Amino acid sequence: MTVPLSYYLVLSGFVFLTGVVGVLIRRNIIVILLSVELMLNATNINFVAFSEYFHNVAGQVFVFFALTVAAAEVAVGLAIIIALHRTNSSIYIDDLNLLKR
Amino acid sequence: MDHIFFFYFAAVIATTSVLVVALRNPVYSALALLIMFFHVAGLYVTLHAEFLAAVQIVVYAGAILVLYLFVVMLLSIKSEERYHNQLPVAGLLGVMLCTEIILLLIQSRTAASAQAVPADPVTGSGNTEMVGEALYSTYLFPFEVASLILLVAMIGAIILAKKDINEQVQQ
Repeated sequence: MTVPLSYYLVLSGFVFLTGVVGVLIRRNIIVILLSVELMLNATNINFVAFSEYFHNVAGQVFVFFALTVAAAEVAVGLAIIIALHRTNSSIYIDDLNLLKR
Repeated sequence: MDHIFFFYFAAVIATTSVLVVALRNPVYSALALLIMFFHVAGLYVTLHAEFLAAVQIVVYAGAILVLYLFVVMLLSIKSEERYHNQLPVAGLLGVMLCTEIILLLIQSRTAASAQAVPADPVTGSGNTEMVGEALYSTYLFPFEVASLILLVAMIGAIILAKKDINEQVQQ
């Protein structure tokens, strides 16, 4: 592998950081879930890069499992968002202050 | 040659991931994420993980993102006019984590650069074959657990998203 491993680590660290900042600064709950997807993809890039670097296929198998969890998370998360929109008619997290009232 | 491909994919991935967070219309955010998924799949191909590249396009771009777009259009969301009040906290955290990554990389550069593992002598079989063999031998139990997770998520999504049955009977 001619591209050094640290380049991949910098890339995935940057994408993960973008995801963290996205979770913190966005108000739309769907975009927050999209930022969680960004973080999952950053870890997946790390797994595949290490798998290539150490010639061990276990990293790719783990990405497969992370993909399964991501799919499950999206299905349940979007169902929760739809239920939320039905009862609250808003998906901005500022409006979800039922326990504070 | 590898460097050209890596820098192209890395530049597009970094740009689109910033766009996902920065764009105010959720549809545009989802489309930027779609571009990012395709380029991550390209990065997987350069890392000799062809099976995962295909799975990335089929599952992420084909299933997960379509679900997102479906919900965005179902709820007919307008674009946000402002960000959350936590913006200064997020900026501080981002700067701190960024410096942490840079410091760690500078410190570990001398240690980690030397020890690349020599190429595997058994490279006759393809990538999909290797992943499949590992999945059905070493990781058989986690594989079954993953199928259980998908089943639970399916049931949970149906129960959460449908209307209450008693409500429907009363109407």
